[in-house]
Amino acid sequence: MTVARFWREIPQRYNLVGTKCEVCGDVFFPPRAICPHCRRDGKIVPCQCSGKGKVLTYSVLSAASDQFSALKPYVLAIIELEEGTRVTSHLICEPEEVHIGMPVKSVFRVLDREGSDGIIHYGTKFVPDL
Amino acid sequence: MREVAVIGAGMTKFGERWDTSFRDLCTEAGIAALEDANVAGEQIDALFVGSMSAGRFVGQEHVGALVADYVGLGGDLHVPATRVEAACASGGLAFRQAVAAVSSGMSDVVIAAGVEKMTDVGDSTDVLAGAADREWESFAGATFPGLYAMIACDYMHKYGLTREQLAQVAVKNHFHGARNPFAHFQNEITQSTVMNSTLVASPLRLFDCSPVSDGAAVVVVCPLEKAREFTDTPIKVLASAQAGDTIALHDRPDFSTMGATVAAGNSAFRQAKLERKDIDFVEVHDCFTIAELCAIEDLGFVPKGTAGKFTEQGETQLGGKLPVNTSGGLKACGHPVGATGIKQIWEVVQQLRGEGGKRQVEGAEIGMTQNVGGTGATVVSHIFGRA
Amino acid sequence: MVGIITYGAYIPRFRIKIEEIARVWGANAAEITGGLGVLEKAVPDYDENTATFSVEAARSALCRRPVDVADIKAVYVGSESHPYAVKPTAVTVGEAIGATPVMTAADYEFACKAGTAAIQTAMGLVSSGMMKYAVAIGADTAQGAPGDALEYTAAAGGAAYVIGNDDPIAVINETCSFTSDTPDFWRREGEDYPRHGGRFSGDPGYFKHTLGAAKLMMELRGTKPSDYTHAVFHQPNAKFPQKAAQMLGFTKEQIKAGLLAPTLGNTYSGAVPLGLAAVLDVAKPGDRIFVTSYGSGAGSDAFDITVTDAILTKIDRSRGATVEQMLATKKYLDYAVYARHKGKIRM
Repeated sequence: MTVARFWREIPQRYNLVGTKCEVCGDVFFPPRAICPHCRRDGKIVPCQCSGKGKVLTYSVLSAASDQFSALKPYVLAIIELEEGTRVTSHLICEPEEVHIGMPVKSVFRVLDREGSDGIIHYGTKFVPDL
Repeated sequence: MREVAVIGAGMTKFGERWDTSFRDLCTEAGIAALEDANVAGEQIDALFVGSMSAGRFVGQEHVGALVADYVGLGGDLHVPATRVEAACASGGLAFRQAVAAVSSGMSDVVIAAGVEKMTDVGDSTDVLAGAADREWESFAGATFPGLYAMIACDYMHKYGLTREQLAQVAVKNHFHGARNPFAHFQNEITQSTVMNSTLVASPLRLFDCSPVSDGAAVVVVCPLEKAREFTDTPIKVLASAQAGDTIALHDRPDFSTMGATVAAGNSAFRQAKLERKDIDFVEVHDCFTIAELCAIEDLGFVPKGTAGKFTEQGETQLGGKLPVNTSGGLKACGHPVGATGIKQIWEVVQQLRGEGGKRQVEGAEIGMTQNVGGTGATVVSHIFGRA
Repeated sequence: MVGIITYGAYIPRFRIKIEEIARVWGANAAEITGGLGVLEKAVPDYDENTATFSVEAARSALCRRPVDVADIKAVYVGSESHPYAVKPTAVTVGEAIGATPVMTAADYEFACKAGTAAIQTAMGLVSSGMMKYAVAIGADTAQGAPGDALEYTAAAGGAAYVIGNDDPIAVINETCSFTSDTPDFWRREGEDYPRHGGRFSGDPGYFKHTLGAAKLMMELRGTKPSDYTHAVFHQPNAKFPQKAAQMLGFTKEQIKAGLLAPTLGNTYSGAVPLGLAAVLDVAKPGDRIFVTSYGSGAGSDAFDITVTDAILTKIDRSRGATVEQMLATKKYLDYAVYARHKGKIRM
């Protein structure tokens, strides 16, 4: 990822800043500039998500691209945030621990490092909310 | 709108083709298809090439022109060539563009090619991850096995699919692949082969996953009314459908249902004026075992949640009620991503001509294909019949 | 009066037992744990570093007491393991707590006392009226070369303090420092691991400066050890702070709440901030806390702190994980996995 590509999403990656359509009330994280339901009739405003949610589905990955191979095995999950939107994320827990419906909360972690001399990509991951 | 027919089909053997380059794969399949169609270069009006990621697999863009050049249609004949991309549905979509070009009257004889040279790159997992939402899925650590594994997790949770039923998809596809001389894998396996293979992304194991393959497949289409000038066995295109969905899996209302497959399937059946029971066999996009189960449900052949049992009962194997993936599917025939959609059509052509050899579906009259891009953000579906 | 508005701590969940490290290097585990008084140490996850600890600690602080982040005008992070040699950790924290862009920020380095140096800076900015709140953080993923004596204690964690002067939960009555050029421990630019002067780091380093600052503080305030409820000292191991406390006349009971080294290890810049956080977790209004940090190179910062009623009324300590809770949440690693976590295996 180039420097600019990471940088421009810092509010989203660090603080789950998504968007909300004021017309239908739907919240979007990842953010959308157009409400897929109201389209041009919608009104999109920024919306910060709380970081609380639950696991809808998951997998424990034993194989990954080179970028994430140091994390193997890791839990990948689709998480429904309490605002109703869904996000795909690394879930930091023991593989045996994860289950559908598990409550989770967001944490601040390193997503990826560009080698030993490139930039460090920080962002949001999730952990069990005990 | 003119009716369209397939008049020729050719493919390379799929597999780890270490000694064959991207362009040589295209040439090999292209020549086979042109010979099969009995078409001369001068008669060709246009070429569509489906390739998911030549740019990242072999560092080559502009592959429409490259392929046209190396099959002898570039320099002297100046045939227009267009690359088509929709991830793993690139092949199916290239075919759909060829059908559109002919049915609209813009072109007469059109080639649809699909190709991928995947083994020249080290980290193919990362290249394939580009078929998902790079920003919000891949950067979060999602891989394709991981995304389909999350579909499988959801499906198993909702419908009680057993690990054995899932394994049977791969067993059946290897049974078919063993009867296809062009398949990447031509060996039969057992459920224990699948269930004892290494975990890739739980619950999916290595033998639930299609392999990384090199290969190309090419078909030739023309107006149905002219088809008999080239062949005695033209195959009529009864429907050409395509549908889209959200790029990311997490935005789907039901992870176990591919909305684009449902939409494309319904559209195809409407176009062909056919019922589900009219289909004799189907080639579906089994990039992972779970995907085949979802596909035959979402196309409407069996109710949601019952494909595992249907498969376990042998109904999707040769001789069953609905033979699925007689080519071996992506699992056994191999999955050079851009080539897969064209290979599915190649297989339908073999079956409808009665040239399926040891894997021939008895009395095959109508065949269907379903080709998926990503986790279902693009689905292309075609129905074919003997003309 | 300037003081602590809120605070938060972060300790990663992985641990390695000192006996496991000793096993790998063929050392006598009983001698080492006996000598250091340390049984296990905290280890970061693959995707954790000083910046992630700092953010988690700062967010925990803000969770305990919601302050208007627009009033935070400075973020200072003290560490000797800033993820970048050039590019501040403090801006990442500022961004992650929503305090950017109208704020100043900088990273501090003064071996193990960079965190308390940050607190002193924040006090100055608030006391001078330059700003309402400043955030000071001490955090480290401490480095120790494989096989080196430091490896037995070099741990990971940190704590964050919001410094201000409206209704502090603890007033900082005084701070003073004792500093000299003493090369007892250092890391040259571009080197992965620090080196140290072995036993030299004891008397001319740790004890001279710790006692120097501590005695100066009691002189300045006219206090004696028995005036304090709790005392927190820098804890490169469990022995040094106990010895310093004894030399100064503090009891074991006074240093108990803030002595984390036995089950945490040495979190370098995080050590005193975490020790103070552990004390604040259990502190009552009126408690008086004596704090002395130590950073090699060398210097000590001392603080005289009085806990106020606001600790019961203005802050909900249960909204952030306590040091005790985080120390109790742990998963042990063997040396091989620990080496992978710490990036000691180059891939």
